Amino acid sequence: MSAPAASNGTTPAATAKPNPAGAIANWADERLGIATSAKKQIRKVFPDHWSFMLGEIALWSFVILLLTGVFLSLWFNPSMGEVVYNGSYDQLRGIHMSEAYASTLHISFDVRAGLLMRQMHHWAAMLFIAAMLVHMMRVFLTGAFRKPRELNWIIGGVLLLLGILEGFAGYSLPDDLLSGTGLRIADGLVKATPVLGSYMSFFMFGGEFPGDQIIPRLYTAHVLLIPGLILALIAAHMLLLVYHKHTQWPGPGRTEQNVVGYPMMPVYAAKAGGFFFIVFGVVALMGGLMTINPVWRFGPYNPAEVTAGSQPDWYMGIAEGLLRIMPGWETHIWGITLSWNVFLPGQVAPMVLLGIVLGYPFIEQWVTGDKREHHLLERPRNAPTRTAFLAAMISVYGLLWAAGGNDILATQFHLDLNTITYFMRGAIFIVPPLVFIIAKRWCISLQRHDNDMLLHGYESGVIMRDADGGYSEKHLPLSEEHAYRLTARNRDQVYTGVSGADANGVEAPNARVDQLRARLSKAWFASNVQKPTKEELEEGHHHAELEHEHEVPLEGHAADGHQFDGRHDVVGDDLTHKH
Amino acid sequence: MRLFTRKISARLSTRRRSRVAAPAVLIVALLATGGLVAVLSPASADKASSDAATIAKGRALFAVSCSSCHGSNAEGVTTERGNNYGPSLIGVGAAAVDFQVGTGRMPMAQPGAQAMQKAPVFNSDEIAALAAYVASLGPGPSIPTADQYDGSGVTNAQMVQGGEFFRTNCTACHNFAGSGGALPKGKYAPALKGVSSKHIFEAMLTGPQQMPVFSNGVLSPLDKKEIIAYLKTNESAPSYGGFTLGSIGPVSEGMFAWLVGIGSLVGAGIWITSGTSRKKKTTTKGADA
Repeated sequence: MSAPAASNGTTPAATAKPNPAGAIANWADERLGIATSAKKQIRKVFPDHWSFMLGEIALWSFVILLLTGVFLSLWFNPSMGEVVYNGSYDQLRGIHMSEAYASTLHISFDVRAGLLMRQMHHWAAMLFIAAMLVHMMRVFLTGAFRKPRELNWIIGGVLLLLGILEGFAGYSLPDDLLSGTGLRIADGLVKATPVLGSYMSFFMFGGEFPGDQIIPRLYTAHVLLIPGLILALIAAHMLLLVYHKHTQWPGPGRTEQNVVGYPMMPVYAAKAGGFFFIVFGVVALMGGLMTINPVWRFGPYNPAEVTAGSQPDWYMGIAEGLLRIMPGWETHIWGITLSWNVFLPGQVAPMVLLGIVLGYPFIEQWVTGDKREHHLLERPRNAPTRTAFLAAMISVYGLLWAAGGNDILATQFHLDLNTITYFMRGAIFIVPPLVFIIAKRWCISLQRHDNDMLLHGYESGVIMRDADGGYSEKHLPLSEEHAYRLTARNRDQVYTGVSGADANGVEAPNARVDQLRARLSKAWFASNVQKPTKEELEEGHHHAELEHEHEVPLEGHAADGHQFDGRHDVVGDDLTHKH
Repeated sequence: MRLFTRKISARLSTRRRSRVAAPAVLIVALLATGGLVAVLSPASADKASSDAATIAKGRALFAVSCSSCHGSNAEGVTTERGNNYGPSLIGVGAAAVDFQVGTGRMPMAQPGAQAMQKAPVFNSDEIAALAAYVASLGPGPSIPTADQYDGSGVTNAQMVQGGEFFRTNCTACHNFAGSGGALPKGKYAPALKGVSSKHIFEAMLTGPQQMPVFSNGVLSPLDKKEIIAYLKTNESAPSYGGFTLGSIGPVSEGMFAWLVGIGSLVGAGIWITSGTSRKKKTTTKGADA
């Protein structure tokens, strides 16, 4: 507090020294009018939880992909023109190869930091798709895809698909032995299309495989078409995120109408910006220390050659696995061959899988009849069927990836290749249902545990011995905040459907579908444990209060234990330490 | 007598610390050993195949360690169903014996899909004797000489040519980096790292286990030498990209992307979002979410 002025000053009033940042902001605002919208957006609140950072890993990996990709494109030559390699890698000097492969070798051995950039690009691609998948699992497990976010879920699903296609195109570009083998499989998948297969393949490769067109075409897709689509969809994804506002975990003060967390500036911007540098650091370390796709060891692509251990990158592992465990079924009819062994696992199965992923929010909505808006997240245990479904899908994914690496499993663990394949053929049908049942029961017992804690308190670890010599553990009540978080969920309602004819004896027009829905709803919800009612909670608290009476004499002193040993009557004993 | 020995030992002990004592003792010991070996050993290695004594020694070893499967005269043993219990060794040549026994694959520890590589059971003399015995049964490829298999003398262009042969003929089973690969029914193509040039040459020449024979008509001795040169060049080349992750292709890369990449980044995300005021307020016991 400064002293009030006694008189008017002798110096004229002057404005404060102008802040350069403020001046720039003012300049921009006068021309762009951004202050109004920015004022709102920089105070945008984001809730804090580790699982909300997973999507950011994908976002930052994509930024790294753009940066390193631009670097690589300065030297990469997407051409299948034949040249003789004369670079500095001894083991391939003098070999005929495509310009694409020669320029990849050039980047790896003769461009400063070229190999580091190549490896960072590849590791970032692996992480990009992995992070999208982990993010998607988080959204799925917490029910964050529910209304009003179904469209953002679909955008995310399409982003995952585009990421996989982008990755496959990039994997194919160096034109080494491995990438050519991958393209050969893609050629096989296309050719497995009934009737049209060979035409489509010729169209794609500009003639018989491998032709001299595919690398330039994939390059256009890889650096222009797909990244453009991904960028646009990421923008839409983020805009919808801002529009819907972020979901949050339930807790005191958190409702369906608000968001509790930290503002964009300065907290969240610092966290997100810092996270970018962490992701960049991890990718740089991986690119610098861990070999990925050593193209120089593979040699140039030659359709007459192949190498053991030819596998796609991990995200195509399930397609590879499906292909490897499929029995060799083929039909010969009217002079054409229908290759079910490739068509079903290579074309039908991925489409079915994609359909399930994209359609899931609508399938669940239809079964549960839940069309309300949701901004509070659901704990995975409180949606046992959904959680168990994801667990089963993860097991499908893991089994298929393992099946795609059956030869690696065989050599690394000294197993029999055929046995692995036969095992996977059975396991793909047996393991997921088992995982589903176990995960569902696990969720339900966790729900029971929550209810136990709400009604009887948590286990304090204090063991009491009573007058009869029996032992019991003292339970203490949960804090209000904890109890709130456990109870902040809706009660599940099983949809019963319309049964029989109405008053006028008219059957419901879609009774059959309705019955199916009712049955599914029952399977979905019926065995879930509901949170305790108000009466049950009060009853539980009353019970706890009785227990609390035991506690009183213990405060401040430890009981010496002799009061309950039966040597004298404890009635009227004040139970305090007598020494 | 006792006085005499004491006198000598006393004299020796005075000279014991002399500067020439150690080399002198060494030279005497080496001469004695060399002389004894020259006098007592039955034949030199060069003449092994033609030396009847070596063949007899090999035959004796064969009778003890090999005949139970290959038959007492190496004629092979057929099972009741007509399969081979142990194949006939007549005409397989010394090179096959040198490879199978020299890499420890034979004698087999137990019947199985494929004989495993292990520490050799026999020393080099015994292997030479066994090879001489088997070579005496019928004509077959002989053990290659060092100038046949030693790839260190080839030009760079020849080594590159060897790489092309390797990718055309070998990678399909042995993997692009020679890390080995799986074959049906528990069989496998072994890793080529650390295998001696001689054994690689012999393997191509004789086609052990599941491997096809690459006779000198298919891959000339020079072609074989070039392949060996390519493998040895790669073995001594630095790992340009960092840790190789096993050089077994994208499966291990994917595993590391998840374990190292996603693992550490999720950990970083947990770190960034921990330690906020919301967390500090949470002092209640019990699991969160």
